[in-house]
Amino acid sequence: MSPFAEYAISALLLFGGAFTLVGAIGLARLPDFYTRLHGPTKATTVGVGAIMLSSVIYFSAIGEGIGISEVLITVFLLMTAPVSANMLAKAAMHIGVETVKDTKGKPWEQ
Amino acid sequence: MFDRLSFPQPWLSLVLFTTWQILSDGVSGGSAVLGFILAWLIPQMTHGFWPERPAFVKTWRMPWYILRVLNDIIAASFSVAWLILSPRKPQPAFISYPLKLEHPLAISILASTISLTPGTVSADVSDDNKTLLIHALDSSSDEEIIDAIFNRYEKPLMEMFQ
Repeated sequence: MSPFAEYAISALLLFGGAFTLVGAIGLARLPDFYTRLHGPTKATTVGVGAIMLSSVIYFSAIGEGIGISEVLITVFLLMTAPVSANMLAKAAMHIGVETVKDTKGKPWEQ
Repeated sequence: MFDRLSFPQPWLSLVLFTTWQILSDGVSGGSAVLGFILAWLIPQMTHGFWPERPAFVKTWRMPWYILRVLNDIIAASFSVAWLILSPRKPQPAFISYPLKLEHPLAISILASTISLTPGTVSADVSDDNKTLLIHALDSSSDEEIIDAIFNRYEKPLMEMFQ
């Protein structure tokens, strides 16, 4: 493997790891359920995206063909993450989870 | 009885077949047969859940839209990461977004886009499909977010679907 590929893989892994860590910190630090929804759903998009990209580079560099399956994983993830976030938000609204006091606006009742 | 043997959504069937070939690590006789069965069975089973086909979709605009969304995801991730790490408290808000799109598929694409771009999650669609409830992590002005979503995402989607 060329040193350039190694540097690129390490950089992408660190970058993705850092974003996933920030998402986890957000889960702990943000004040209420709705704001916590943002942390993990976002970390997956960029964090996992970067880690997948490094995996694609690795398998291309060792000559096992380009990893189309990694691209598929990313696509599936991007398609399912909004749906699960939406279901969580809907469920929270349904059972009336409390929001932080300074939230502007209100969830609906319907 | 012959409509049971047809492919109600040829494009969906094609995507399913191709995806299965990629997943099963190369095309072989077995994967082709199973891919064919899946390409027939899944559209048949999910047929009832699909909204009616839009009259005209300018699909060639889709790659630009996807590139723009990917670009926004990366840009906005940094601002959300910064917001999580900074000591300042975010100002969360529920925003009612007035929808101009009418087609259900277009609305669900817009809602998914809003959820994917960091800082906003779409929480609910009103029963009459006219309003979208968005939860924003940090909103200094609701109008700004509504304008940004309209200009960046809804307008191109309207052009694609109408």
